[in-house]
Amino acid sequence: MTTNNRIVFENVSKFYGEVLGVNRVNLSVPSGVTSLVGPNGSGKTTLMNLMTGLARPTQGSISVLGLSVDDPEELFRRVGYCTQFDSFPKGVTGYEFVYQSLKLRGIATNDAHRLAKEAIDRVNLWEVAHRKVAGYSKGMRQRIRLAQSIAHHPTVLVLDEPLNGLDPMARAESIALFEALGKEGLHVIISSHVLHEVDKISDQVVLMSYGYVIAEGEIHGVRNEVKEHPMQILVRCSQPNLLASRLFSQDHVVEAKLNHDGQGVLVRTLDAGEFYLLLNRVVLEEDIALEAVAPADDDVNSLYQYLIGGGGKV
Amino acid sequence: MKQLESLRTFLREAPWHFWTTQLIAVMQIELKKNFLRRRSIWIYLVALAPVLLIGAHAIDSPMGRRCNIEEDTRILAGIFQLFYLRLGIFFGCMGLFTWLFRGEIVEKSLHYYFLAPVRRELLVVGKYLAGMMTAVFFFGLSIFLSFALMYGHFGPAGKAYVFSGPGLGQLMSYMGVTVLACVGYGSLFVALSLVIKNPILPGAAVLVWETFHPVFPSMLQKLSIMFYLRQLCPVPLQPEGLLALFTVIAEPVSPWLAVPGLLVLSTAILVFACMRIRKMEISYLAD
Repeated sequence: MTTNNRIVFENVSKFYGEVLGVNRVNLSVPSGVTSLVGPNGSGKTTLMNLMTGLARPTQGSISVLGLSVDDPEELFRRVGYCTQFDSFPKGVTGYEFVYQSLKLRGIATNDAHRLAKEAIDRVNLWEVAHRKVAGYSKGMRQRIRLAQSIAHHPTVLVLDEPLNGLDPMARAESIALFEALGKEGLHVIISSHVLHEVDKISDQVVLMSYGYVIAEGEIHGVRNEVKEHPMQILVRCSQPNLLASRLFSQDHVVEAKLNHDGQGVLVRTLDAGEFYLLLNRVVLEEDIALEAVAPADDDVNSLYQYLIGGGGKV
Repeated sequence: MKQLESLRTFLREAPWHFWTTQLIAVMQIELKKNFLRRRSIWIYLVALAPVLLIGAHAIDSPMGRRCNIEEDTRILAGIFQLFYLRLGIFFGCMGLFTWLFRGEIVEKSLHYYFLAPVRRELLVVGKYLAGMMTAVFFFGLSIFLSFALMYGHFGPAGKAYVFSGPGLGQLMSYMGVTVLACVGYGSLFVALSLVIKNPILPGAAVLVWETFHPVFPSMLQKLSIMFYLRQLCPVPLQPEGLLALFTVIAEPVSPWLAVPGLLVLSTAILVFACMRIRKMEISYLAD
């Protein structure tokens, strides 16, 4: 496994005086969309600041696509970071804000103009691009910061609470944009409280609590590791009563509950593999028509509840 | 020998053109801020004050009827040493240069610079140069106008003093000392702003140090910016009463040593600032 296309944390700790930021973090993040999930103060922003050099680790080392975070010249050609600081240089228009950041990168004037327009277009803000940022709504400010962070076509995009302040339409557009960027092969690291929305686009998840990474990996894999919580599977079929009675006789099935619309069974099982084999057998034997079989708690929100407690804010 | 060779390789292979482009971008952003922000108004006023004063004097005695060139030359020298150097340029530079980084931290916008592929040392240099150009513009223009008004109202006699006498040389010296003062105090206040959150107290300490440096041992005097600047002033002030503290030069130094001495001191302070910013983290909450 090469580290040149991964973001790697090796035994990283960060303390702010005596206050713990993150502790003994070991991560290796591949390309695709990765969600950082955890309650306030769990260390998500610290982790993002560490991977962009805005904070220095007290201990351990970090590399982004094989680059040291101490080398901003190389690092920030490939990294874009949309922080959650809702602040801007005074007096700038949205366009100037994006354009100036491109000029700082040493990009030629014509290219900087082209890239600025392209990025602002991509976040659907061109119509107001020449207005002062100070007059923008919170959602517009969020989007212009997003435009600034993607304008130079980064390979790694770090987004700290990028959905904050966005209306439902803008959220949907942003999520579609993140998904598209992930599919283009970028590393997209997102921290968000809007779990059910990031869940749709995340390839990996990193769950954090009190400065520790408590689980990481592909969502389905992490869910399988959580043995103390039986897997929930919703089966929609023609004879839910019959199916429930047959399933319930098995040891690994902890609960089989009829769905409130009477068209399905919600099963909680300790062994998903055994359950699927059993389901095949019962369906054939009883001639039951299956409409759908889907895990009901194989998502970020459920993982959050099982491993951290509480629920994700919607 | 090996280190020298690696330095030579670095200088040869460094992307100078790219760095220059970035440096210009930083300076453009900073110059716009320095000249146009509301906070700069008081620097305009500080720079304008002596011009207004000398302007009033020129109106009060047209064609030099109630004064003479020698006396006005001494007055101008006094205004330059006691107002410009010790107050105007000092506080102007303090306001301007400490705000280059502190302002960004207060407004929570420094991270935009830190998230660009710009060497942090280059950021220090870019901001510093922009600050210097601003300060030199404000105070250089102010001194030029003060000088023009001071000798202009003498009519042909004033013209003769400037163009056929020592006037033009004195103007050049005043301008040179102004640039050097901005170089020295600029570097000092940039470095201070990277070390201490509130620049008022250390600023006051620097003012005391700069004022009373003549009473310190010879070695310590050389760590004062004023020590070098005073040596370069074209018209010496008479050491009278308490003012002697500001005017007496206990240990004269040739301009050939004073200028490089000040430049070396300023460069050393800037190098310290560059080292400091490399380790800087963004934690606006703590500020």
